[in-house]
Amino acid sequence: MPLLSVKNLAVRFETHHGTVRAVDGISFDMEEGETLGLVGESGSGKSVTNLALLGLIPSPPGVMTGQVHFDGQEISALSEPELRKVRGNRISMIFQDPMTSLNPLLTIGRQMTEVLELHKGKSHSEALRLAAVGLGEVGLSEPESRLAQYPHELSGGMRQRVMIAMGLLCEPRLLLADEPTTALDVTIQAQILELMAEVQRRHGTAIILVTHDLGVVAGTADRVAVMYAGRIVEEGPTHQLFKNPHHPYTQGLLSSVPRLDSDTSQKMSSIPGTPPDLAEMPPGCAFAPRCPNVQVECKSERPELLASGVPGRSNACPLYASPDSAEADSAEARP
Amino acid sequence: MTRPLLEVQNLTKHFPVGPRTFLGNAQQHLRAVDGVSFNIERGVSLGLVGESGCGKSTCARTIVGLHPATSGSVRYEGVELTTLSRRGWLPYRRKIQMIFQDPYASLDPRQTVAQILDEPLALFGLGRRRERRLRVLALLEAVGLNPRHVQRYPHEFSGGQRQRIGIARALASEPDLIVCDEPVSALDVSIQAQIVNLLAELRERFDLAYLFIAHDLAVVRHLCDRIAVMYLGRLVEEAPREEIFKNPSHPYTKALLSAVPYPDPEIERTRERIVLRGDVPSPLNPPSGCPFHPRCHQAHEVSGDRCSHQVPELLQKGDRSLACHLD
Repeated sequence: MPLLSVKNLAVRFETHHGTVRAVDGISFDMEEGETLGLVGESGSGKSVTNLALLGLIPSPPGVMTGQVHFDGQEISALSEPELRKVRGNRISMIFQDPMTSLNPLLTIGRQMTEVLELHKGKSHSEALRLAAVGLGEVGLSEPESRLAQYPHELSGGMRQRVMIAMGLLCEPRLLLADEPTTALDVTIQAQILELMAEVQRRHGTAIILVTHDLGVVAGTADRVAVMYAGRIVEEGPTHQLFKNPHHPYTQGLLSSVPRLDSDTSQKMSSIPGTPPDLAEMPPGCAFAPRCPNVQVECKSERPELLASGVPGRSNACPLYASPDSAEADSAEARP
Repeated sequence: MTRPLLEVQNLTKHFPVGPRTFLGNAQQHLRAVDGVSFNIERGVSLGLVGESGCGKSTCARTIVGLHPATSGSVRYEGVELTTLSRRGWLPYRRKIQMIFQDPYASLDPRQTVAQILDEPLALFGLGRRRERRLRVLALLEAVGLNPRHVQRYPHEFSGGQRQRIGIARALASEPDLIVCDEPVSALDVSIQAQIVNLLAELRERFDLAYLFIAHDLAVVRHLCDRIAVMYLGRLVEEAPREEIFKNPSHPYTKALLSAVPYPDPEIERTRERIVLRGDVPSPLNPPSGCPFHPRCHQAHEVSGDRCSHQVPELLQKGDRSLACHLD
């Protein structure tokens, strides 16, 4: 049985401009110790997916439907007090901006000990000791004295380390990381990614890594799910998906990422147009207005995410079904 | 040899911070830009890269006169800009324009596109009303927007389209130099590429020079002829694009390049990576000697303690300038 199983998860918001379907029926499974990269552009629903998994969608205006099974328990059916026992304990979350997600009025020590006292029933002194160990593990110097400091006394990279240490204190089975390095500089990003990989090796934590940065996903994820306008349009093992993307959106996205080894005499390739307004979705495939190989039927029927004939891969473009390329793909997958 | 279009020499910008003394002088100075020199030739693009807080945006804003310089000189076609009065600046504002990072904050929400684009034209007296109206439509066309949307307000456009309006506004006065401060950082990847292509196309068409500020090296590589790398208020290396990417000399340039993630799992998981230790030091209290030495992975290769005591000068060698004691 998978560690996490998401079935038909949907989140909609009732707004003045109509119903916004931020997440529009997505399903995926995750195994123990695995890293899933959830990628997409802004507004594609990747962050809302993460929030929904922990029941953090404000209602109203949000409405969440679908099932989330975690570790044999249906957490989407839990009450708020029961969910609180899961959050920060068996599933924890790292947010994008460590400046706004740490409480500026409390010391690092106070914020870190809270989870341990609450979930594990530790005494305050024991919790402080464990918090210091946690800070040491994420590479902060002088962890004991850091506990007495306030968030503003730390740099961005250090604050993100504190967030990670805090997220790992209760040794969660699943870590939801929402753009954990986006606010950081590249040299600091490299440190944090290295740290997360090491933590995962040590504790066997499964990670959902939400990011718009395909370079970050390429280096860290085992599998990748690409989201567009609230849906997963393609999913598969990282190496295969990058080497041979099936969905036209994935293809466009991958080729528009600037690379340090691309040909600068050529124009950068881009996807024409802009993502659709979620309150006024076109009928049919959401990507159809920007798709280079759009067909008549794309504009009327909304395609489902289906297994694409290659083991472990699925794809929501009905035009991709050619057996030749499927064969080529499995040939590539063989060592 | 002809003069460069823009000559920046030993430019510094210090901000007074913290409590003041009895006489009202600041006790501490934040050394945002600390002696930066470079030239930009006509029609050439210079990329200024570095991490947040290194002073690249302050440098750009000081050059265009949005901050008064603390010391140093900025010359445009030989004319010193740092000592100009507001009125004296006017003719140069026409020739030096700026594109900002945030397309949401840099357009007046109460003005229509027509008003936004007409303002520089009217200010510099570029044509009569009817001519200006035609020019506004031509500008929209040039940046890939529908001229029929000329009466719309900024909020009716997407982020990428707004950045196109910002670009059209910068183009309006027919500048020679456009200072671009992170113009694509706030945009999604698929839109980012559209804007980079547009900037490249406009450069060809109007023979523009760019000072292009960015932290994304891959974007800079696409657009710039030369690249200057900045760290803690100083340039550490400046060279033609291919030199920087194929043969980086400064340890910081090397580390920066190796930290850029590749969108390719095979390369990303096999290449050697220099992971720097620690954080960027505070510009309030920069380290002695070379500002990079506390994080430098090659400082031990220099004999003695020069790295921690002596600030390395930016020295020109052929087509490359480098500020490092290693050699």
